[in-house]
Amino acid sequence: MKKLLASMGLGAALVMGSGLLAGAGELTVYTAVEAEDLKKYAAKFNEDHPDIIIKWVRDSTGIVTAKLLAEKDNPQADVIWGLAGTSLLLMKSEGMLEAYAPAGVEKLDKKFVDTSTPPSWVGMDAWVAAVCYNTVEAKKAGLTPPTSWKDLLDPQYKGHVIMPNPNSSGTGFLDVSSWLQMFGEKGAWEYMDGLHANIARYTHSGSKPCKLAASGEIPIGISFAFRGAKSKAKGAPLEIIVPSEGVGWEMEATAIVAGTDNLADAKTLVDWSVTKKANEMYNTGYAVVAYPGVAKPVEHFPPNLLEKMIDNDFETAANNRKKILAEWQSRYDGKSEPKK
Amino acid sequence: MPFGFLRAMVEMSSATTLEAGKAQPEKLPKIRPKLGRDDWVMRAFILVIGLYLVITLALPLYAMLSKSFNTYAFDLSRYELQMDKGTGWGKTLSVQTLNEISGKYQAKDLKTSSDGRLSVVSMIEGFSFRSKTQYRLRNAQAGGAFLIGSERKIDTDWHEFTSNEFRRVVLKPVQSTGFDNFVQYFSNPSLFNSIFNSLFIAIVTTFITITLAFTFAYALARSRMRFKGLFKTIAMAPILVPSLLPGIALVYLFGNQGILKDLMGDQSIYGPIGIIAGSVFFTFPHAMIIIQTSLSISDARLYEASDVLGASKPKTFFTVTLPGARYGLISAGFVVFNLVITDFGLPKVIGGQFNVLAVDIYKQVIGQQNFEMGAVVSVVLLIPALLAFSVDRLVQKKQVALLSTRSVPYEPKPNRRFDTIMFSYAALVGAMIVGTLAICQYAALIKFWPYDLSLSLTNYDFDLMDGGGWGSFSNSIKLGFLVAIIGTVVVFLGAYMVEKAQGFSIGRGIFQFLAMLPMAIPGMVLGLAYIFFFNNPANPFNFIYGTLGIMVICTVTHFYTVSHLTALTALKQMDKEFESVSASLKQPVYKLFSRVTVPVCLPAILDISIYLFVNAMTTVSALIFLYSPDTTLASVAMLNMDDAGDIAPAAAMGMMIFYVNSLARLLHHFASKGLYAKTQAWRKR
Amino acid sequence: MGEETGQGAAFLEVRNLTKKFGAFTALKDISLDVAEKEFICFLGPSGCGKTTFLRAIAGLDIHTSGAITQAGRDISNLPPSERDFGIVFQSYALFPNLTVKRNIAYGLENAKGQKDHIANRVDELLNLVGLPDQGDKYPAQLSGGQQQRIALARALATSPGLLLLDEPLSALDARVRSHLRHEIKILQEKLGVTTIMVTHDQEEALTMADRIVVMNQGTIEQVGTPLEIYREPATLFVADFVGEMNKIPGSAVSEDTVRIGEISLHCGSTKLVKGSKGTVTIRPEDIMVVSETSGVKSKNAIDVTISQLEFLGSFWRARLMNEKLGEAPLIADFSVDTVRRMSLEEGSAIKIGLPSHALRFFESNG
Repeated sequence: MKKLLASMGLGAALVMGSGLLAGAGELTVYTAVEAEDLKKYAAKFNEDHPDIIIKWVRDSTGIVTAKLLAEKDNPQADVIWGLAGTSLLLMKSEGMLEAYAPAGVEKLDKKFVDTSTPPSWVGMDAWVAAVCYNTVEAKKAGLTPPTSWKDLLDPQYKGHVIMPNPNSSGTGFLDVSSWLQMFGEKGAWEYMDGLHANIARYTHSGSKPCKLAASGEIPIGISFAFRGAKSKAKGAPLEIIVPSEGVGWEMEATAIVAGTDNLADAKTLVDWSVTKKANEMYNTGYAVVAYPGVAKPVEHFPPNLLEKMIDNDFETAANNRKKILAEWQSRYDGKSEPKK
Repeated sequence: MPFGFLRAMVEMSSATTLEAGKAQPEKLPKIRPKLGRDDWVMRAFILVIGLYLVITLALPLYAMLSKSFNTYAFDLSRYELQMDKGTGWGKTLSVQTLNEISGKYQAKDLKTSSDGRLSVVSMIEGFSFRSKTQYRLRNAQAGGAFLIGSERKIDTDWHEFTSNEFRRVVLKPVQSTGFDNFVQYFSNPSLFNSIFNSLFIAIVTTFITITLAFTFAYALARSRMRFKGLFKTIAMAPILVPSLLPGIALVYLFGNQGILKDLMGDQSIYGPIGIIAGSVFFTFPHAMIIIQTSLSISDARLYEASDVLGASKPKTFFTVTLPGARYGLISAGFVVFNLVITDFGLPKVIGGQFNVLAVDIYKQVIGQQNFEMGAVVSVVLLIPALLAFSVDRLVQKKQVALLSTRSVPYEPKPNRRFDTIMFSYAALVGAMIVGTLAICQYAALIKFWPYDLSLSLTNYDFDLMDGGGWGSFSNSIKLGFLVAIIGTVVVFLGAYMVEKAQGFSIGRGIFQFLAMLPMAIPGMVLGLAYIFFFNNPANPFNFIYGTLGIMVICTVTHFYTVSHLTALTALKQMDKEFESVSASLKQPVYKLFSRVTVPVCLPAILDISIYLFVNAMTTVSALIFLYSPDTTLASVAMLNMDDAGDIAPAAAMGMMIFYVNSLARLLHHFASKGLYAKTQAWRKR
Repeated sequence: MGEETGQGAAFLEVRNLTKKFGAFTALKDISLDVAEKEFICFLGPSGCGKTTFLRAIAGLDIHTSGAITQAGRDISNLPPSERDFGIVFQSYALFPNLTVKRNIAYGLENAKGQKDHIANRVDELLNLVGLPDQGDKYPAQLSGGQQQRIALARALATSPGLLLLDEPLSALDARVRSHLRHEIKILQEKLGVTTIMVTHDQEEALTMADRIVVMNQGTIEQVGTPLEIYREPATLFVADFVGEMNKIPGSAVSEDTVRIGEISLHCGSTKLVKGSKGTVTIRPEDIMVVSETSGVKSKNAIDVTISQLEFLGSFWRARLMNEKLGEAPLIADFSVDTVRRMSLEEGSAIKIGLPSHALRFFESNG
């Protein structure tokens, strides 16, 4: 057996590198924060805590969530920093999070803190749904800009709208969940039935509809405002429309993974993540942050966005997520299939 | 007297012979061969490499299979409830009783997945959150769980709620084993429709690819057109890129902003059309090479006979050419079918709403974190892949038999008209392949398609994109080298042992089966199986999870079969008596192996290593579940960048993979040539 | 010499050897003794078990039961590497990537021999097989015959006690084959190495072997010197397999008389079982033309007609008909001289004699 182990391990050992299990002074942090922001986050944190090295595990929300759940019995992460609140609620319900009240948590907006005491997670910032509207392509197709969700039901938009699939995208789910909260269950499904008729296709990721709109692949992409602002800054002929009924939103949040063998450092990181300095850092990409009074306007963000954020009930959304997704899937997945 | 007078003579000359069948001695003991040192060495190697395959293939697949039978259901009898309608706590009710009273849920409604939640108040008749009734709930036994909001309670204490608070209480399911997941799968049209979609795509692609590839191979084998070498090189190019690259090319060609968009009319490239077009691109070389082999072995004498009999050209084609190539055609067909039905990258990029099985696995696992259903879809996907694989193996056997019969190679005669037609066709196909690659390279260099067509290198700033940046590119190269080196050693040793070891036939049989199996296992399925198996803390090999090591192992296993067959073919061509001669000269087997076997098989060994390298560079499906932040890969980065809408950088990365693979191919070519000159001098007469 | 060498202390003893491949029995309870320095041929049709027998002796396919002793040592269960033999295969099995010299030296290298010693031995062997100048070539650069000599040199390099040859000549063309036959025989006698050769070619066996072991369906039919095998076949199979033979259905009418059709013939044997049915055999060259003028007489004289006469170079082959003999013609080989002298031609009516010592009767089984 020893020989076998040796030969088996040989290939792996040769290439193992340092592995994922972080030692003291090193934290494995799972995140879904945009790749381009990660270096900045680590650098800012290290200004105050140079002795703690962050090892990032970055991927899209779905993959990080799946990874965390897959590793449920054998967690690899010490801290989750910057993952959708919905995902953290899921982790919490699986008992995967270490409850901890970071120093200074009381200064944060209540909306951004887990209701349990001590809280299992704390929010950082919010990303907000919006409609990316390519003015050039819309003009070519002779479209008029929509101003509300209901406008998107207009037949003129048929085949000109793309949205993320809620079954694979957190953004897609927050759209669906906001409609359910705003229009009521019956109204929301009726709305989505109508919208479905206009949808060209559903994408796997939440940022793709806006990027597709930016590149003119489609005139209208239901995505989130942050992505739209970025593309606009790059020179895309985009208009970011905030539907008048209100928009769904989702927060990014931080938590300690239960069972971490580096709890002290994990607490240091989470303590820092709720500071004013950290929130100022979040503000460079997100118009809404957890620390009241910090947020400054972000370039290209629609001014009325904050007012339009709905009063989101994450808990209900999380507890009904499976049911909602199943319903959505049975209604709309496989668009090319003829309706029976 | 049976032999008459001859008896005497026989007795004289057979004085030393004991007559057979006469005076049969008592049953003799069976000889138990003593195993020599070489036998032990070889058996040990078979065991080690066999165990390698068990651990990297059989056990993960088993883990996945058992996952697909993990079912979840709400067990209402595990919860107890009391109510206080202002008169103190009433009697303790099981939630099951509560449900029976209200009749809200039938048994089938209580089946769910690992993340299922069930509201308790839905089972209480006439519940109102404004009512003054108080509730309390507890787990009747340890091991149950319910949530208050998102807070998990697994103790057996009573928890009290007001009516309003009680709305937030939901139950969590318990795990058991059964067929429920499969029942659920097949009762959900939006899931099982993917089976038909996948089959549709695979079958249509197979027919188109085979037709195109056959014509191309026919042009190479039967015409005297010019630039055959160049055409063949171009035709092989799609092997060097990930399957999603043609998808990206199609977006730039036929997407809404595509340069040839008008050709699409009302049709959308996102969907079956796109998947089929891209699949034809990436399966073309696989089919072409198989068909070309089968055409090149057909017998010139048959053509002469057909000529002499005055058969017309078409008649010759249908009576001689097609039947001669039939095994190649069937085999190529199944290979293409298998490639398409298991491919993940392309439908993900260009499939739009057209769901196929491989993407469903991804959506179940990544999108919904429903691992059990992911495992179910994997099992479903295994079936057509296994079938196609088995048929292919059967056909391959016949093809080999055909190969070994002696025949006279066919030499095409010049025919101006025919050669021109064939040349035009080959040129058209070549242009399409080159064009596909060129459009990707062009798009990668455009600043902001379609609004700013100036050239720029911004799309190569991978560090600002999803997927791991330039690091993923160097990781891919590292992975390629490790897979090529480790894989070649493991595969060749394994093939040698299974081919040359004496006796031990059961062990060798099992080994051979395990070595053939990976070809039938879709990459997605393998990757998922690896999560289930290696990410189990009880697994002693758990330590490789999240490392480059697991990706090396996974990739070697994924591409084991073709490498194994290449090695076997080379080994079978060696005289089977080398081992006997060496043993008779009392030389250890490792001496023969290093002095003769390896040098003679060097061309095949190089072929295996380049095959493994190229595939490690392009594969996506298995590794999408296995990479970690330190081990992101170029091909996966491509997928993630496309997923995030960064299509141009994805194209840029795809072309980088193409260049690396082309370079590797080129180096392989020269290395083979050099080694050939140096070590294969004996081949020259 | 064959009769004597079989006696005395055997170098190789095979006792009750049985080899089964699953349900198929390839060798059935075979026993054989081989004397030192003897040249033995295993002769038989393909599938008779001769190669299986050889491979069992080599340890390449170890037999199922029975015993093999070589030079007093029981080697039954030993792997090839622990036995003492050199082997040459039909395919030569030369290592294609090694030069001729290195092929020959392959078995010498671990004997802790000095380089000089090895080089000398290789040169010696190259001289022995008559290819002193070919040492630096690769096998593929040599002719088939040359390759087989190199294979022989390689097998002899370690001076094994036993040389095994598995159809060594059958891949060669006829001329090279007969030449090499002779050379191998000379070499074997010179070195005095005990040799077993497997062949399906009776001519090869007859010219090379001290003794021939004729095998059929996993059993030994007969063991004997080439002359014994040819002259005194023990079974109808041997009679038929080795050389040309007329086989005519017949019966024994008395202890020394057989009957074919309506003709009774006197037979050398006196132990026939009266009334038994079987086959009467005679070799074509034993049939004589009887004539008053030549003075050749025979007890068993028959009148026949020459239905066909075929010139085969050194002799004529005649088909002789007599309705009393049955429908099948009798084949006879007549010398060129006889045919000329007696001016035989197709259609000639002649009298032939079947010498009683050349006539054999094989009773049918059952």
